[in-house]
Amino acid sequence: MFTELNSILNASPESLTPGEFILLSDRQSDASFLIHHFLSFYLKARCKVCFVALVQSFSHYNAVSQRLGISLTQAKEKGQLTFLEGLKESLSVLIPQEENAENQAMSFLRDPAAGLRSLYEFIQSSVVESNGSGEQWGPPVLLMDDVSVLLSLGVHVGAVLDFSHYCRATVCSQLQGNVVMLVRRDGEAEEDDEGSEQLMRGLTHQSCLTLHVQGLPTGYCRDIHGQVELCWKKRQSDGQHTPKKVFQFKVHDKGLSFFARGTSSAVL
Amino acid sequence: MAAPVSSVDKTPAECSALNVTSFQKKTRSKSISIPGTRPSVQNGQLLVSSGVTSLDYLLGGGLAVGTVLLIEEDRYDSFSRMIFKYFLAEGVVCRHELFVAATQDDPDDILQELPAPILDDVAIHRPGDQPRMSCEPQDTLDAMKIAWRYQNLPKVQSALASSSRFGHYYDVSKIMEPEIRQAAKWHRFYHPEHPPLSSGTHSPKLESYSALLKSLREVIRREGFDLNAPLPKSRNILRVGLHSLGSALWGDDLCCHDNPKNVHALTSFLYGLRALLRSSLAVAVVTVPSHLIQDRALMGSITRLCDNAIALESFKGSERETNPLYKDYHGLLHVRQVPRLNCLASQLPDHKDLAFKLKRKQFTIERLHLPPDLSETVSRVGKGESAAAACASSSAKHLDF
Repeated sequence: MFTELNSILNASPESLTPGEFILLSDRQSDASFLIHHFLSFYLKARCKVCFVALVQSFSHYNAVSQRLGISLTQAKEKGQLTFLEGLKESLSVLIPQEENAENQAMSFLRDPAAGLRSLYEFIQSSVVESNGSGEQWGPPVLLMDDVSVLLSLGVHVGAVLDFSHYCRATVCSQLQGNVVMLVRRDGEAEEDDEGSEQLMRGLTHQSCLTLHVQGLPTGYCRDIHGQVELCWKKRQSDGQHTPKKVFQFKVHDKGLSFFARGTSSAVL
Repeated sequence: MAAPVSSVDKTPAECSALNVTSFQKKTRSKSISIPGTRPSVQNGQLLVSSGVTSLDYLLGGGLAVGTVLLIEEDRYDSFSRMIFKYFLAEGVVCRHELFVAATQDDPDDILQELPAPILDDVAIHRPGDQPRMSCEPQDTLDAMKIAWRYQNLPKVQSALASSSRFGHYYDVSKIMEPEIRQAAKWHRFYHPEHPPLSSGTHSPKLESYSALLKSLREVIRREGFDLNAPLPKSRNILRVGLHSLGSALWGDDLCCHDNPKNVHALTSFLYGLRALLRSSLAVAVVTVPSHLIQDRALMGSITRLCDNAIALESFKGSERETNPLYKDYHGLLHVRQVPRLNCLASQLPDHKDLAFKLKRKQFTIERLHLPPDLSETVSRVGKGESAAAACASSSAKHLDF
């Protein structure tokens, strides 16, 4: 986890705000470093994490998390982390074979028009699981990387919004946990197709904190990798109402540094 | 970090046993060593050369094993096809296995057009030879008394020098000799040879793409590239070349209609391809005629499903051909995406305005810049140097008061 981002968000592993739906989005940039941040943050906070990773393999997340100080294999063995590796499970669905017993979670690939019910049921079973034996973990957390690939695979926008609503109802309201989802978009604002625009608006409406990553509006720069816009929907606990903050950042090998707009060391 | 003087008298065996210094060269690295690959400097990823050394440099050292390179074709498919052939030719020279899939031309014809490598010492592989491993046990080496620091280095390979080099140059005017080409093991998928099967499943996937994915998976499993299965003793890389995916000849109507019926056929296929490659020792190069696809958002989702993505824009036939700015080059090259694999940071290219030129012996990719303007206003910063780069490293000679 990135300590600078924690201080900006006023969050720490010891004190979590329960019942939050955090939306990460990007446009022509890559916000996956935020997923790594939240993954290590919630694992350090001793929450029970369900990670639906649809675009990268387990070893990728493991390698990055090790640099941030968390071992995903250990968390999986202890039962703290449920990891759905979408790529691996999808092969048995996309190339059907009789002898393979497939994980039902990715069966929406066979018929995307039918919706994401099987995926939701997988998530529900992993967060509601009672841990009678073993350690007691904190509130459940659902992380999704990323939601826009579901649109590319043929799932309708309405089905994705229903799915996110169900997850929010189960994890945030019922179990007082948190949900973090990543949505990726590409191209200028005018070129968006209706599907991803609708998805973005629907998810923003459901979320209470949005982090939007995009490139610099003035062009490409090697030393400043982009800017992050944070939007809070509800009033913060200490009464201050700061709805929007903008920072620029640079991603390093083991972390990243935030700075106010225009104050990068490359420029000053 | 020199060794203390007293240890020089001792034999090297005692030296290593006593561990006199902390500076010890590793005798054998744990990573697998396959000819034609090298580990990345940034994150230890296994890389293969794409066949074009300047493209390797742009993509952070080479193509990572397990990833997909998307090439958006130029209008006449001349330069993207050239890069496609470079990729396959590099596979032949490094003795990797190839998998070529095409619809427009028979894969046999594509393979017969590969450019000839410029090397004197490309060993012509005879079928009876056993492939030599590049890290062999060192137990037969005599103990060195004077040059003991070289004790633990691997033996110098005199034969098979070409397979341990990374990146070769090719002569475009000549065709690769049949002996070199026939020594390579390759698999083909020619779409007209696979008639559509009648299946009852209502899936958004096209028959052609499903058949291609299935055929690729079979090859990976059969030839031992699957990382989940126990690997054979001598490992190799499979180079997958998929030509002109998304074009109408594959049965896809992405390029024909504004609102295609099978919008998600290609994206589902790319997802399956990504899943296959992540669990095997293979690299894929996919070319897509993106200039025919009207929907930019769809092109965006196709790009996100691949790891590396470049786009070629050739000047042939456009008004830029006669523009004096571009007279030295054949086209522009845009880097759309560079992956972040196993690390937080990605190796972004320094500059985004790149142009390419196909010379007889080299495919060069250079930064586009204006020639010096020999007029009164000499202090003007050139077009190629972006403002941010100038801020970062402004040299005094550009300031002219």
